[in-house]
Amino acid sequence: MSTLIEQQTEVALQATDLRVATTLGKEILHSVSFTLQRGRMLALVGESGSGKTTAGLACLGYFRTGLAHVGGTVELSDGTDLLALADAGRRGLRGGSISYVPQDPALSLNPAMRIGTQIMEVLRVHGYGASEQARRERLAEVLTDVGLPNDAAYQRRWPHELSGGQQQRVGIAMAFAFRPEVMVMDEPTTGLDVTTQALVLQTIHQLVTTHAVAGLYITHDLAVVSEVADEVAVMLAGRIVEQGPSDQVLHDPQHAYTRKLLNAVPDLAGRHHIGAVEAVTGAMPIISRERAASARLTAPIVASTSLLSVADLRLSYGSNAVLNGIDFELGRGESLMLLGESGSGKTTAARCIAGLNDSYTGSVSLAGTTLQPGTRQRSAEERHRIQYVFQSPLSSLNPRRTIGESVAVPLYMSGTFSRKERRALVLEALDQVQLAASFIDRRPGQLSGGERQRAAIARALVNAPSVLVCDEVTSALDVSVQASIIDLLRTLQVETGMAMVFVTHNIALARHISQRLAVLHAGRIVDIGPTDEVLENPQHSYTRELLTHVPTL
Amino acid sequence: MLGLILRRLSISAVILLVVSMLVFVATLLLPGDPAQAILGQQATPERLEALREQMNLNDPFAQRYLHWLGGLFVGDFGVSAASGGSVAALLGDRIAASLVLMVAAAAISIPVGILVGTYSALRRGKAGDHAATGISLVLAALPDFVIGIALVTLFSTTVFTVLPSVTMAPPGEQVWDYPSQLILPVLTLVLVVMPYIIRMMRTTMIEVLDSGYVEMARLKGVPERQVIWRHALPHAIAPVAQVVAIQLAWLAGGIVVVEFLFRYPGVGQALVDAVTNRDVQVVQALAMLIAAVYVVVNLFADIVGIVTNPKLRTGGIR
Repeated sequence: MSTLIEQQTEVALQATDLRVATTLGKEILHSVSFTLQRGRMLALVGESGSGKTTAGLACLGYFRTGLAHVGGTVELSDGTDLLALADAGRRGLRGGSISYVPQDPALSLNPAMRIGTQIMEVLRVHGYGASEQARRERLAEVLTDVGLPNDAAYQRRWPHELSGGQQQRVGIAMAFAFRPEVMVMDEPTTGLDVTTQALVLQTIHQLVTTHAVAGLYITHDLAVVSEVADEVAVMLAGRIVEQGPSDQVLHDPQHAYTRKLLNAVPDLAGRHHIGAVEAVTGAMPIISRERAASARLTAPIVASTSLLSVADLRLSYGSNAVLNGIDFELGRGESLMLLGESGSGKTTAARCIAGLNDSYTGSVSLAGTTLQPGTRQRSAEERHRIQYVFQSPLSSLNPRRTIGESVAVPLYMSGTFSRKERRALVLEALDQVQLAASFIDRRPGQLSGGERQRAAIARALVNAPSVLVCDEVTSALDVSVQASIIDLLRTLQVETGMAMVFVTHNIALARHISQRLAVLHAGRIVDIGPTDEVLENPQHSYTRELLTHVPTL
Repeated sequence: MLGLILRRLSISAVILLVVSMLVFVATLLLPGDPAQAILGQQATPERLEALREQMNLNDPFAQRYLHWLGGLFVGDFGVSAASGGSVAALLGDRIAASLVLMVAAAAISIPVGILVGTYSALRRGKAGDHAATGISLVLAALPDFVIGIALVTLFSTTVFTVLPSVTMAPPGEQVWDYPSQLILPVLTLVLVVMPYIIRMMRTTMIEVLDSGYVEMARLKGVPERQVIWRHALPHAIAPVAQVVAIQLAWLAGGIVVVEFLFRYPGVGQALVDAVTNRDVQVVQALAMLIAAVYVVVNLFADIVGIVTNPKLRTGGIR
């Protein structure tokens, strides 16, 4: 084939039959092969535990503690096998011709070193240029390349003096400083807000295309893949199950797992539904009268349909105002999405509603009664009626308690149940979240991330709340698990008729979970209304900006 | 940064002031009369009264406290009841002798502890690490006098007789004129203090070596030596400084046992003698001295913490 010869000149790195095992002998990467070409980006897609980071680090000849290379080669453009080199040889290539952009720049930048020094270190270690002067010039140049100021004062900043997006660009500058042939990027935008993510992706795209760098982009986010990648390789449990041009893989997937993964991605337009439940399209969910009656709702019947009402919620830490007056109403059985980027005050607002943060001013009223600010002053009944699900089930479930014990805690607090009744209620709650009765005696450590989050939801449901506050409940989960949790929450909401405040930064979930959408910016609600209306006809410039930056498949 | 350090300094000053009040009140409550202690049982009431007047013992409590406190600032610690001489003159040599012991112990145990701890962390799970952690655990479990007696048995009496087991400097000569006599007391203190430094260093170093920025430095191709010295060590030092401070502070008090064991003429012995003789002024002075060592050493640890953390230095965290 003539194209083969043509391609070979462009190949920058070729991984062949790569095998990695734990030091105890369990193989976790099975015969992985891929090719990186100059000026092109390969996306390595997979869920947590699929081995995508291990494969990416193997391209640098690096294996984390407890892992060892057991077979296969990583060949560079000049034909040398990186994995056959000794430590010193690999070190000479790392950061030089093959560089790495870490997932979390906040953890990966040395907090006790100025950013300029950290970038200079790469240049010094690999001996860039003839003099210190040449290296200084390159430092200024590379900072400009990634869109950061390059003056001396900026170079002398500490990592903590930069925002998350700026830190990530320093990480990219560090990787790009020595003009690498290959760049391995490990989820470089995962912790970033969509607006920042769009800018960082743009920077990466520009660097890869204009400087003919071969890129390996590791991610779990298929929407991002469609924005940056030329080719896609899908990983499942240490194997590449599908590989091909990105258009083909994303729009005509061959493997069942790829299809499952693509189906689980929430899309802003709500064209397809994730999970088994139809996407919400703005209409109120239909709750049959029988179902509403059978649900153990003890709410007093009030004239208005408004269940939860938040008025002029304000909170500041010293001179730093976090909430600048938030007003909204939540109807019975309604789901409201509280959308905001990091620092917008969305979690603070949710905590105020639940009474976990009692230093606010303004009022939170439930069914017409104004609630006291803190949970300690609220009555047990009031506390039952607003339940909270936290972001990370790993830290919100006590690792020493069984799931049954954890779920039963709210029942102890109400104190009126016998042992038998409690067990029955716990089993019912587990059944509601589709966990088998056998989970009652397991501990959080024996559960997967999705199962843990289900258990946390069961704990919130066990007292049949009228308002469920979900704080970023799916952001720590893989997309397929996220889809099942969203599906579960929708089903529960329809079945029990509870209202829900769904706090998230992920606008793509809007049409899948909420009838109404409130956009939070700098402690204020800038846009609120039925989901469709806000998405199609945003009133505020911030919402419009947000919508243009959302990556879509 | 300067503001933070000044704040720590003023807190230290307040602590010392409170300590001085407690020490003064506590020694007042001790039974016995200093004038009686100086003049003995045969003293006439007139002479006792005269001496009390001379020592300002008849003044009101607050005035005596202020007088004493004022004296501390100019190095006047009062008059020893037992010897009748000035406390400062009595303790001068003793303090110098104890300082020699402490400084020598610190100068050996801190760098060696940090090096062994780092080595242990780098060899995690290997034979060298097991040996270092095992031995340091055993040493940490042994009381100081057991270590001292074992060393004496090993090096000066039963097994080898190469080192002197007691300190015997002729009057008027300094302890450091006889370095061989210093070896065993210093070695005992080093072995008491170092295990904690090793263990703390190992723990924090392991944590730091697992951090994202150390992995990043390796992925940047930074040579391993530079990874450890520039990226890992500065972050591991701050928590260790706290442990070192606690250990050094402990030395100020714990030195008593070791000095007693080796008949070493330092503050420890002076304190034991002063308590036996009801020498209130000396007890007060030594209590203040030991408190001051605690405060100063902890202040240093805080400063190390501030200097190695740019967030504190640039006022990112308040």
